[in-house]
Amino acid sequence: MSARIKLRVRQALVGACLMSAAGIAGAEYGLNLRQGVTPIAQGAYSLHMLILWVCVAIGVVVFGAMFYSIINHRKSKGAVAAQFHESTAIEIVWTIIPFLILIGMAIPATKALIAMEDTSNSDISIKVTGYQWKWQYEYLGEDVGFFSTLSTPKAEIFNQEAKNEHYLLEVDNPVVVPIGKKVRLLITANDVIHAWWVPDLGMKKDAIPGFVNEMWFKIDRAGTYRGQCAELCGKDHGFMPIVVIAKEQADYDKWLAEQKQSASAASADSNRVFSKDELIARGEKVYTANCAACHQANGEGIPGTFKPLKGSPIATGPAADHLSRVLKGKDGTAMAAFGPQLSDADIAAVVTYERNSWGNNMGDVVQPTDVKAAR
Amino acid sequence: MSTAAAHDAHDHGPAKGLSRWLFTTNHKDIGTLYLLFALLMFFVGGAMAMVIRAELFQPGLQFVNPMFFNSMTTMHALVMIFGAVMPAFVGLANWLIPMMIGGPDMALPRMNNWSFWILPFAFAMLLSTLFMDGGAPAGGWTLYPPLALQTGDAFPFVIFSIHLMGISSVMGAINVIVTILNMRAPTMSLMKMPLFVWTWLITAYLLIAVMPVLAGSVTMLLTDKFFGTSFFTAAGGGDPVMFQHIFWFFGHPEVYILILPAFGIVSQIIPTFARKPLFGYSSMVYATASIAFLSFLVWAHHMFTVGLPLAGELFFMYATMLIAVPTGVKVFNWVSTMWKGSMTFEAPMLFALGFVFMFTIGGFSGLMLAIAPVDFQYHDTYFVVAHFHYVLVTGAIYAIMAATYYWLPKWTGNMYNETLGKWHFWLSTIFVNVLFFPQHFLGLAGMPRRIPDYSIQFTEFNQISSIGGFAFGLTQLLFAYIVIQTIRGGAKATDRVWEGAEGLEWTLPSPPPYHSFTTAPEVK
Repeated sequence: MSARIKLRVRQALVGACLMSAAGIAGAEYGLNLRQGVTPIAQGAYSLHMLILWVCVAIGVVVFGAMFYSIINHRKSKGAVAAQFHESTAIEIVWTIIPFLILIGMAIPATKALIAMEDTSNSDISIKVTGYQWKWQYEYLGEDVGFFSTLSTPKAEIFNQEAKNEHYLLEVDNPVVVPIGKKVRLLITANDVIHAWWVPDLGMKKDAIPGFVNEMWFKIDRAGTYRGQCAELCGKDHGFMPIVVIAKEQADYDKWLAEQKQSASAASADSNRVFSKDELIARGEKVYTANCAACHQANGEGIPGTFKPLKGSPIATGPAADHLSRVLKGKDGTAMAAFGPQLSDADIAAVVTYERNSWGNNMGDVVQPTDVKAAR
Repeated sequence: MSTAAAHDAHDHGPAKGLSRWLFTTNHKDIGTLYLLFALLMFFVGGAMAMVIRAELFQPGLQFVNPMFFNSMTTMHALVMIFGAVMPAFVGLANWLIPMMIGGPDMALPRMNNWSFWILPFAFAMLLSTLFMDGGAPAGGWTLYPPLALQTGDAFPFVIFSIHLMGISSVMGAINVIVTILNMRAPTMSLMKMPLFVWTWLITAYLLIAVMPVLAGSVTMLLTDKFFGTSFFTAAGGGDPVMFQHIFWFFGHPEVYILILPAFGIVSQIIPTFARKPLFGYSSMVYATASIAFLSFLVWAHHMFTVGLPLAGELFFMYATMLIAVPTGVKVFNWVSTMWKGSMTFEAPMLFALGFVFMFTIGGFSGLMLAIAPVDFQYHDTYFVVAHFHYVLVTGAIYAIMAATYYWLPKWTGNMYNETLGKWHFWLSTIFVNVLFFPQHFLGLAGMPRRIPDYSIQFTEFNQISSIGGFAFGLTQLLFAYIVIQTIRGGAKATDRVWEGAEGLEWTLPSPPPYHSFTTAPEVK
């Protein structure tokens, strides 16, 4: 390569670097941090931009000096090495200047942090509980609560169908909140550590068993905001999304009233007597939503990790033991207690389904009233 | 290697055959074993990374199931950190420290043999978990409970292999400290030691301070799983967050264990090829010591989202930002060393310059991550993945490669193929950026780390990253080829090898005698 071509290449490289630096600033290409829809997220975004530009500026100076030196102070150009070294004055200067820059960053960061951690004077409190692998939301003081699980069909995940626009970022029951209200989340977990994160809301918090963490957000505009569990929580960590729908206050009130109504309808099921076919049909749905992630749709589990139900001593043993295992779980394993998670009718249905599927042929039926008695 | 080294009449040459390697107490042989082991583990860990990048090439599940994917991310980290980077640095320490300080060998040669030979067993045990019921550990290399406690049969094997790695590291560290403090040529005062020796001395103290902490924390996991304790189980009155505090009290100094020797290497190489003394030797020493000290005060910046009290978040944010100061001093010193030098760009220098440039990029993203209110957005996303791969791959591993090219002629007596070395550098540098730079964008756009499948908006950058990953992986085969080729032969290297090289190791023949210095050299 001639010297001129080398220079061209260098110019092109420098140009490419500058262009990519400019590109970083353009959020429209999906290159930058999302600006979000809450004051917290916007605060984080402007801090992010501040630090980014400070880094770019320092980078231009440092890399500028480095590349100037690489280009000009090379032996092939006849450069003769100077022998200067050690200068306490210079060392002090380049210790103090970065220190001052850091103070300049620390002040806005401290302000932002204090605002983020202030969960006082909230309008609504929602308790969020992480499970392997779903989220539970309970609206405190409203008697409304539900589980939220991934609704993307398995066929899309296994590439048998085209993936939809919200692939892996869609749930059966989204969280609904009013806009312009300070919503406080009380976050905990039931089994392992999870983390609740919706990028547009600007904050993530770990959901830790035995702890209740707090975070808050106030959403400016109505819309649907999507996020995911952010802390590795096992096999389906990538498959427990979060969907928040922010509505006008009136729409939110309407939604809340509907939720209360359907909750009371569900509790009526606790006293009904179901036919075996009804229970098995309902049980299959409950199984798919709650059990199949570990025990698999075919009931065979995953060897060494998750026990099979097909032909298992529990599922083909006394119904009372089977029911108790589903209600109370098993300590020290991934088998959670489903008593607090599912209704009497759902538990009755799923136990009946498990006892009469995949070649398990117990023929018996567990009714919601049995579940109520066993709780 | 050093077979031709019959430096005097004594029968001190290497034994023949396999027993040379099994029973060796020679610092050069043990250094070679460490380095070859690290190279092997680099490819094992790299193969796991290829599985990860293949699965992430497209959304949807294609090649592996999520559990195996999680095992791959977990094992990739454990193998690369404990099997590739740390042993490579210990290997370099073994080869170089006695030669650099004017000593005959390491101070504790039998322990040296032991600390190496533990490793193949530790990693055989770790890798055997891939074939166990329940699979290899899949809860992340950080082993956070309660998730880690759900590991299958592999669990005790993982814990024991970590214990073994820790024992090996601590023994290696003791050896380094004793050697440096006792085996120097009489005229080599501490402040005349090469920076590689200095950084390793400080690293060795970090190792001794924190490896037992790791051992303690994983032992508590073991008793939680098998002996009914509840250190980390909330239901039994324990505290899952306590594990994270203990782990990161080890983990953050560990990060500097992985980078301080790299600082030392780069501080040796840049003056050689700039033909100019290091700009600020003593400030480099003080900066290294400051970084090591601060590394004990910043662990909770890995835990900003666990729900620390505000005062805690502020303290750890400020302390973390402070690390930028001594790190900046180092970068400024390297650049000032180049300034008005007379530079040439052989492979070691290229890798050292690549280190300065890309490690600094990793440093910038590190500074961004230090800012707690924004870390809430970055935490556990691909932005973090990009950050630590910039500091570990283009940082630590680039330094190890620079060191290999720099000292390989000294070790083997043969010059490596410079053209291939340059190809290796440029291909690696292009592809490593194709691999990791887009991961910044993925993280900022909201892609969490450690997921086997992702929403479709992340597709393009994942594909670019995977292509970079495969190409970077293939390029490293070239590195192995160059190293093997150089070991087998090549143009003879002079004693000094490089025109601008300074230091005692360059006063020895290439390859050096089996026992480095039998009489202490004079240090000016």
